[in-house]
Amino acid sequence: MKKAKWIVPTIYIIFLMLPIYWLLNMSFKTTTEIINTYTLWPQEFTLENYKTIFTDSTWYTGYLNSIYYVVMNTVISVAAALPAAYAFSRYKFLGDKHLFFWLLTNRMAPPAVFALPFFQFYSSVNLFDTHVAVALSHCLFNIPLAVWILEGFMSAVPKELDETAYVDGYSFWRFFFKIFIPTITAGIGITMFFCFMFSWVELLLAKTLTAVAAKPIAATMTRTASTSGYELGLLAAAGSLTIIPGAIVIYFVRNYIAKGFALGRV
Amino acid sequence: MNKTINQKAWFFVIPVFVLVAFNAIIPLMTVVNYAFQETFGNNVFMWEGTRWFKQIMLSERFHASLGRQFLFTFIILFIQIPLGIAIALTMPKEGVGVPVCLVLMSMPLLIPWNVVGAMWNIFALPDIGFLGHSLNALGFDYNFTQQIGDAWFTTILMDVWHWTSLVVLLSYAGLQSIQPAYYQAAEIDGASRWAVFTKIELPKMKKVLTIAILLRFMDSFMIYTEPFVLTGGGPGNATAFLSIDLVKMALGQFDLGPAAAMSLIYFFIVLLVCWVFYTLMMRNEGNQ
Repeated sequence: MKKAKWIVPTIYIIFLMLPIYWLLNMSFKTTTEIINTYTLWPQEFTLENYKTIFTDSTWYTGYLNSIYYVVMNTVISVAAALPAAYAFSRYKFLGDKHLFFWLLTNRMAPPAVFALPFFQFYSSVNLFDTHVAVALSHCLFNIPLAVWILEGFMSAVPKELDETAYVDGYSFWRFFFKIFIPTITAGIGITMFFCFMFSWVELLLAKTLTAVAAKPIAATMTRTASTSGYELGLLAAAGSLTIIPGAIVIYFVRNYIAKGFALGRV
Repeated sequence: MNKTINQKAWFFVIPVFVLVAFNAIIPLMTVVNYAFQETFGNNVFMWEGTRWFKQIMLSERFHASLGRQFLFTFIILFIQIPLGIAIALTMPKEGVGVPVCLVLMSMPLLIPWNVVGAMWNIFALPDIGFLGHSLNALGFDYNFTQQIGDAWFTTILMDVWHWTSLVVLLSYAGLQSIQPAYYQAAEIDGASRWAVFTKIELPKMKKVLTIAILLRFMDSFMIYTEPFVLTGGGPGNATAFLSIDLVKMALGQFDLGPAAAMSLIYFFIVLLVCWVFYTLMMRNEGNQ
């Protein structure tokens, strides 16, 4: 019984990898092979699909756009959330609990509710189809999440640390940047990972707020699927490439990822 | 932790407050505007009172999509939570297996949602997809674009594939925080495996499981992109969950009044359920 334990996770991982394998498999096939035959691995191995993506600017600018607004959003969210999370973890103030819940309600708000008003709002302030618009709109759910995770990590730091620093004559900001932030680097790393993740996977708002100049890769994919026929190989190659940034960031935070998903509350 | 009272803490919260208010309050007011008025464009509005709300509350279409939404959310919670716990319990606790499991299991969480939909579409196609082809080869008459049952099966399987890892990671984090002394004590007392699970592991996982259920509830309740790409809400309206139906009404038919009223009702349901979970969660935190 004890020995057979690894079977469950192994079966689960195989189940997780199957659709990903199938996507990769498709991305290395030619269109004729995809349409005419059912094969478990590519018979005529081709890199043509990837070549198209890396040479056609409508494809690769999609990636650049996505990375651009995701990074922008991550920086804004974490920078704004740091002082706020500190306030929530250290102080009691008028309306703190209500404010915290209000922030969370925005993480819970269905993006579909906001799609149309966001479109009108960002158009009226002349931000439609810019990276800033997408980065700001993703703050709606990423800032509450960042505050929530950081607050969890900060509350785990004993308050004596603050008090000792003040006794030693540190000003607040010097303490905050020189002592406090270095002690919660793991928490900040995890928070950045989560902001990156949720901004990277979101599509509804990103698609609604962009037309040409800031169009994310994910939106390029849906439009290709509907307009230029049935180019499954190309679609599969583009999809496979969107997995890479995620895989890279997971590798960096692998030791903290479980704690991060528990929002720093384990 | 005992916190000091300090009203100046508000200054720390201002950047967050402004950024979120900018995104949440102004657009939400637009929704409220549309929900109570009729418009023909050009910023001309006519007061309609609660007419749109009555229309939505009485419409069969809303009842149907709300029903589908609840059914879907309950099914995926019912599968993902126990499955996630079971996998977390059988995961290796130390050694090279740990990072391998964590990295591989997290993969689905970081794939853009429409790619998840597209991937499953390709995977489940009856002629060239592995899943569809295999099921048909085994003698099942499987076609998720034509048959309602198959569409539901595929959507649920996709969501299980996509999100079970979240429950696994949370439960695993909870399990890792249990001191070995608890297990040793249980062994000395001769406790059965089941007793260890119900008396030690489950209570320790209570906090993370509440977070898991909360996150899974709200995310599955606003699911849009994956089923939209996979089935487009079809066949017919069989997998048109609340968000899909809402976007169809607002952007497809441009019925702004009813769509706005529906948005508010939708948001209200989500808030109500989340408030219950949040209160439970905070009470748990207070106990520890």
